[in-house]
Amino acid sequence: MSLSAAQASSNSSPSKDFIGKSVVTLDDLTTEQIELLLRKAQYIDANRKLVSHTCDGRIIATLFYEPSTRTRLSFETAMLRLGGQVIGFAGAQLASVSKGESIADTLKTVENFVDVVAIRHPKEGAALVASHAVNIPVINAGDGGHMHPTQTLADLCTLQSRFGRINNLTVGLCGDLTFGRTVHSLIETLCRFGNVNFVLISPDELKTPQYVIDRINATDSCTYVEVKDLVSVIGDLDVLYMTRVQQERFFNEDDYLRLRDTYILDEDKMRLAKKDMAVLHPLPRVNEISVDVDGDPRAAYFEQVKNGMLMRMALECSVLGDELPGFDPDGIDAVNTKEVAA
Amino acid sequence: MEVTSISEGIIIDHVPAGTALKVLNYLNIDPATTRLALIMNATSHQYESKDIIKIEGDVDIDLDVLGLVARQATVDVVHGGRIVEKLSPTLPEHVTNVITCVNPRCVTTIERGIKQRFHLSNSERVEYRCDYCDEEAKL
Repeated sequence: MSLSAAQASSNSSPSKDFIGKSVVTLDDLTTEQIELLLRKAQYIDANRKLVSHTCDGRIIATLFYEPSTRTRLSFETAMLRLGGQVIGFAGAQLASVSKGESIADTLKTVENFVDVVAIRHPKEGAALVASHAVNIPVINAGDGGHMHPTQTLADLCTLQSRFGRINNLTVGLCGDLTFGRTVHSLIETLCRFGNVNFVLISPDELKTPQYVIDRINATDSCTYVEVKDLVSVIGDLDVLYMTRVQQERFFNEDDYLRLRDTYILDEDKMRLAKKDMAVLHPLPRVNEISVDVDGDPRAAYFEQVKNGMLMRMALECSVLGDELPGFDPDGIDAVNTKEVAA
Repeated sequence: MEVTSISEGIIIDHVPAGTALKVLNYLNIDPATTRLALIMNATSHQYESKDIIKIEGDVDIDLDVLGLVARQATVDVVHGGRIVEKLSPTLPEHVTNVITCVNPRCVTTIERGIKQRFHLSNSERVEYRCDYCDEEAKL
């Protein structure tokens, strides 16, 4: 179900403005809407039974043109846990695209079947094309190396759950800062909330692009430093966001092999870190985080997966305009901390 | 060097030296079929050297496109042998179907019937980025 822009904008509020909205990048959401999602995610986690029929009768299409385990399952589980159902495909070879169908035509077809679409596509900008083609909400589940907004929502949710805030933090980002879309998106979004010190840790070949640096520079309350050595700065960090050097983003195999193992987080390095530092990683990891670290309470990367599902639940019901039972979108203390019987 | 004045048409002055042909290309003006004069690498008090394009006849140029490729240029509209209007191009906020995205990973490389759309991301650096993939435009 989609509402017209006029309907959605009447009596404007973060909650009402969500209805029918496509989320291609997080710039499509106001900071109030992101905060609303964070509160909804926390509420959902505490009230899973109560919210389990929020999206009864709804169907999401997960159109995944390239491989993904975590993200597709997360989107699908999110809808199932809200009482809705799922259709879709995983892998372009299974889809009409193998017969030459355009993204727009596929979306215009699927629009007739479902209420909301989550799309992953290897081409950058594919989700924007999809959102322009239809009148139902389209959620970008990753468009090549470009954007992955729901991963950033998962990251924000993890910071919120670990620290009770998403600002006044020193955030280290380590590894592939050139091609790492999650890193760019996280930096840009944190800049919108302000008061973050970024420590950008990468080899020269994988430094943060200038347009992301510009975004930090344009935010008076945010600062950054660029360093090559993780060990020298790890003790200053509240958050360490590790990234994988992604083979699929390199045209040159030699460059990939040379840079792959630049940073490996292990127990020795963790001993130098703060006691409450949180280690995040968008997953999948290869070997940039030693498995020895998994048992450390500061390892938050599998918690991120759960938070990703919660934020996708919050996002799916929000764009559909399905209200969570018992949740007060305007209430400061809307979050229940105890499960309420369904 | 002397070039005869035009009586009806436009003069695009202060074009960055050496770029007149590129400017014509972006403006979609075919020098093979248009009555025009190009003066390239002329002396300029303001910029040391410049190109000048004089086009005879009824010409409609897109000032947004001119702003994109020759921000410093000025346009004199000539009527009855006299300059009757001076125009300055401004940097357009959005550009459609003028530049092509060079990113091989961009969706514009595969999707049929899609418009090439760019937005101004940094006016000081005259930096445009693709609406779809955010790749910086190569002008």
